Amino acid sequence: MGNNEAPAVVVRDLHARRGKHPVLHGLSLTVPRGIVMGLIGPSGCGKTTLMRAIVGVQIVQSGEVSVLGEPVGTASLRRRVGYVTQDASIYDDLTVRQNLAYFRAVLGVPRGDIDRVIEATDLGSNAGQLAGSLSGGQRSRVSLAGALLGSPDLLVLDEPTVGLDPVLRVELWGLFHRLAAAGTSLLVSSHVMDEAARCDRLLLMRHGEVLADDTPGGLLAATGAADIEAAFLTLIAAHPVAPGEEAP
Amino acid sequence: MTPLRTLATAGRVLTQILHDPRTIALLLVVPSLLIGLVAWIFSDTTAFSTIGPAMLALFPFVVMFVVTSITTLRERRTGTLERMLSMPLGKGDLILGYTLAFGLLAVLQSSIAVGLSVWVYGLEIEGSVWLLLAVAVADAVLGTTLGLLASAFARTEFQVVQFMPAFVFPQILLGGIFLPRDQLPAGLEQISDWLPLSHAIDALQAVATDSEDAAYVAGELLIIGAWIVAAVVIGSITLRRRTP
Repeated sequence: MGNNEAPAVVVRDLHARRGKHPVLHGLSLTVPRGIVMGLIGPSGCGKTTLMRAIVGVQIVQSGEVSVLGEPVGTASLRRRVGYVTQDASIYDDLTVRQNLAYFRAVLGVPRGDIDRVIEATDLGSNAGQLAGSLSGGQRSRVSLAGALLGSPDLLVLDEPTVGLDPVLRVELWGLFHRLAAAGTSLLVSSHVMDEAARCDRLLLMRHGEVLADDTPGGLLAATGAADIEAAFLTLIAAHPVAPGEEAP
Repeated sequence: MTPLRTLATAGRVLTQILHDPRTIALLLVVPSLLIGLVAWIFSDTTAFSTIGPAMLALFPFVVMFVVTSITTLRERRTGTLERMLSMPLGKGDLILGYTLAFGLLAVLQSSIAVGLSVWVYGLEIEGSVWLLLAVAVADAVLGTTLGLLASAFARTEFQVVQFMPAFVFPQILLGGIFLPRDQLPAGLEQISDWLPLSHAIDALQAVATDSEDAAYVAGELLIIGAWIVAAVVIGSITLRRRTP
């Protein structure tokens, strides 16, 4: 078991390629315990590659990643970290409940947990439906429900609110904060800037590098911007990409 | 790897298939219909009694190989493979779970194929029909595990499809269907000795003609079994939790 005081995630000088394309070049960051950490940045900036490295499914070229005080790849982390991919990774030819029942069996958590996560993701009326017959937003909630099983210590959520209506989006952010208040650490990526304001802390990424690591309030104060989007644009202007450095 | 997770995976795969009755029907009857077609083609000759046993090896083997590799390909494409490998699922749980689920289908498929061949298509079996069934089932399970091995080797979806001709066609060409194996040029005959489908075809022909004793058939079954175990083990080792 890792040190309980260790941060949720520590990344040091991480280099990684997605396919053959270098995406992360010397990235370092820390995600503290028990907060909702937002990972914000344009498409293609390396958010997904970073998240894959943190859950241990990404081959990395160099650098260190430790999760909950243990080096990534440690077998015991696989039940302590919940991962939701950008596209819902669920079995379309199983019902919602059958999907969750399989994930539950693999995680080895009590059966009663299935009802808890179905309720938390508001899927009660769809539990008997085939996942393939659900809407995009419902499918991503099934995927999220699977990650909530067993109450993992760290949740890594890649754009979990894409395709959701505003009401549901607010509900899910409420859920994220309740989980954080109960001690769960969350790393949530988004390219929607208005969601950034809901995070306890923000990592702004561009071209595989961290531009800023601050609270939303701190970010606004530091840049003098009126909202997160403007703050992001100010930061980009302050860190111009040198010619020929577009894809470093 | 734990029995519970292996069985949960096998149950999950079977539940998926149960939601698609058409797939079950195709899986169970297509090999039998193809064998029936061959019997019909040769109905005015005596050729079916010679090549019938080989057809019992060929069609279930190919169908199970294709179905298994496509199913695992789909698991790769939808991201569920990556999800499961980020969870506490052993790589062996996944491969063995698939083997058990498709193994069960292979038993049903081979039973139908053997039953129809013997009692409807008029394939004459000198030896034991049960032994014929045992070899046919082993052969279909072999197709499943080689399909799993091929898709474990592949890093991308496109590679999985390429493995089909690379893994299967040489075994068909050298298995003794086109030319009896003992008439193959030196070198090719030795290679065919190492290919598992050759042994399935040899064993089925031996049972059909009752030309060898039970020990010979048992030996061939052992070779097929060794290939099945090897494919499961190598497939489990080769499957990668981390991808580029």
